[in-house]
Amino acid sequence: MTRTPLRPLARILPARDAGESPAAIERENLRVRHEEMRDRARTRAEGRLLVLGVFFFAAFLTVGVRMGMLATSEPMEPRASAQGAAISAARADIVDRKGRLLATNFETHALYAQPPLMVDPAAAAKGLAAIFPDLKEDALLRDFTGKRKFLWIRRKISPEQMQAVHEIGDPGLLFGPREMRLYPNGSLAAHVMGGASFGKEGVSAAEVIGVAGVEKYFDDYLRDPANGQRPLTLSLDLTVQAAAEQVLYGGMKLMNAKGATSVLMDVHTGEIVSVVSLPDFDPNNRPRPATSGDQGDSPLFNRSVQGVYELGSTFKIFAAAQAVDLGLVSPSTIIDTSGPMKVGGFRIGEFRNKNYGKLSVADIIVQSSNRGTGRMALQIGAERQQEFLKSMGFFDATPFEIVEARTGKPLLPKRWTELSAVTVSYGHGLSSSPMHLAAGYATIANGGHMVAPTILKQNGPRLGPRVMSENAARAARDMLRKVVTSGTASMGEVPGYAVGGKTGTADKPRARGGYYDDKVIATFATMFPAHDPKYVLVVTLDEPVETSGDKPRRTAGWTAVPVAAEMIGRIAPLLGLRPTVEPKALADITLTSSN
Amino acid sequence: MRNVLFVLTTMAVIGLAFWAYRENYATQEVLSEVETLHRDIGAAHARLAVLKAEWAYLNRPDRLRDLAEINFDRLGLLPLRPEQFGYVDEVAYPAPALPPVTDAVEVQGTLEVTE
Repeated sequence: MTRTPLRPLARILPARDAGESPAAIERENLRVRHEEMRDRARTRAEGRLLVLGVFFFAAFLTVGVRMGMLATSEPMEPRASAQGAAISAARADIVDRKGRLLATNFETHALYAQPPLMVDPAAAAKGLAAIFPDLKEDALLRDFTGKRKFLWIRRKISPEQMQAVHEIGDPGLLFGPREMRLYPNGSLAAHVMGGASFGKEGVSAAEVIGVAGVEKYFDDYLRDPANGQRPLTLSLDLTVQAAAEQVLYGGMKLMNAKGATSVLMDVHTGEIVSVVSLPDFDPNNRPRPATSGDQGDSPLFNRSVQGVYELGSTFKIFAAAQAVDLGLVSPSTIIDTSGPMKVGGFRIGEFRNKNYGKLSVADIIVQSSNRGTGRMALQIGAERQQEFLKSMGFFDATPFEIVEARTGKPLLPKRWTELSAVTVSYGHGLSSSPMHLAAGYATIANGGHMVAPTILKQNGPRLGPRVMSENAARAARDMLRKVVTSGTASMGEVPGYAVGGKTGTADKPRARGGYYDDKVIATFATMFPAHDPKYVLVVTLDEPVETSGDKPRRTAGWTAVPVAAEMIGRIAPLLGLRPTVEPKALADITLTSSN
Repeated sequence: MRNVLFVLTTMAVIGLAFWAYRENYATQEVLSEVETLHRDIGAAHARLAVLKAEWAYLNRPDRLRDLAEINFDRLGLLPLRPEQFGYVDEVAYPAPALPPVTDAVEVQGTLEVTE
């Protein structure tokens, strides 16, 4: 670029001659130069603005066009994805511990009608009433000829019914695909399964939601599409559950009970291998909740976790175990059980007003003496007793993973007085569910660790914090074994399985206070084999009466015990437990050394 | 020289265009095949689920118990009891196979020996 000088001699010299100021020429030239510089800068800036403007315009145009395309095009799945079949929208299956199906999905159809499309409403109504006997022809005709534009006729129909509806041939009768929840085993483990129903319904699909049991508790897991191929594995064993249900049903009928429940629990893992509550229902066709009468008699009521009962003498072993644990007594300590015994102005009596005299602690359990356990409870004290029962989970609802379990909260004495301590020690004044009792017995059976019941299959032992010493647990197991060999549960002996357990017969409380004379809850809580327990079984019968003798017999020893013994004989082989010979001599030596 | 280069470049472009065209169509074809397979897999899954459900339904304990009762004469099935547990060493060895009969006289001879 040629730079023009600010004071060119060619102009300065004539200007000097003319007497003008050369500075004016310099100013003039400087102005011209500045103007040129300004013009150049402006042009460049304008060019840059234009480039930027074009760039932004193009960018916004691209975004706008893409948005428009997305908004107007049909949604489509990416065609070239590697996986697609792996994700299924179906609700996950539920299987037992060996992978056998307990709940799955089944494709079926829903039937709906669009009256404006109908050709011959009268014939359609007549045809439908012939296929589905519970539909009324005139009601259907009223719907078809009225103002309605859409109505559901059936939520689920079978392929045969679908074909029959096809044969009516009316274009106003239409089908929508439905995934339906199917429980192939019928009423088996009905209370655990719960049931499912439809949530939001559309013509082309409906969501399946769990309404009770594990279906509701694990609803989020089961509905998650990522879990479509990963079934929920429960700790139940199908064959054991079926055998337990059969035996318990037979026992309930033989003992004229109106309800029954049993809980079988692995003492190390807390897995519930079988849980039965009778009467039961078919989860494929879940009945509606009872609107009248006692909810506790409804088949929907789960006695094993919702039914909180005073479980009677089965609690005595906890008092004995704690007394041994605290070092207050040993199994051979003699305690005077003779009456009268008054606590807080209330007389503590024995079953049929017996008087056992002086008994050792082991014999108090074997004979089931109320006064004996009461005296132990007084030695322990209300505070320590509460802590002990709390640490075994008797103060809260069980953590069992079905929704109903939350409602099975134990009923505790409002004020834990000395009298409460005594009555609770023999199982009155504290109501808990059979599931609680099973967990408590599992603590004794596994050597003193708290273990929480679970419905999910576990990979190994799940022992919680220690509640009592190993020695106390062993002493309690020996006492429980004696109850069967020489005590109130003599019918509970199953050769080869060394059953140990405690009976409990509790009078049923009246709704308005007080107790019935002729209605009891009979419970037998057992563990087997007693020298090395693997399982705990709790059998509870509601209002049983055994009528083979001259007088009706209601005690657990005559009702719940034979049922439990039969059940152990049936299910222990199914669990793979080989009958063993009890190590007798060892037990004797232990006793001698402790004296 | 420049013309030759020009012709070669043009032919290369045409060749590449043809290759891209063929690849595109091959991809489309494979994609639709994959779609068909996915649909088949989905249908097979659905059928499998139905078969599994049916298998579970046919093997439900209630039905098996009833079948065992109905066919008791032929099968003699009873629930497993504790007494039925045994040890492997309580099971007798199978009897040794008898030597083949080659000759009636020989058979007579062995009988005499055993007695």
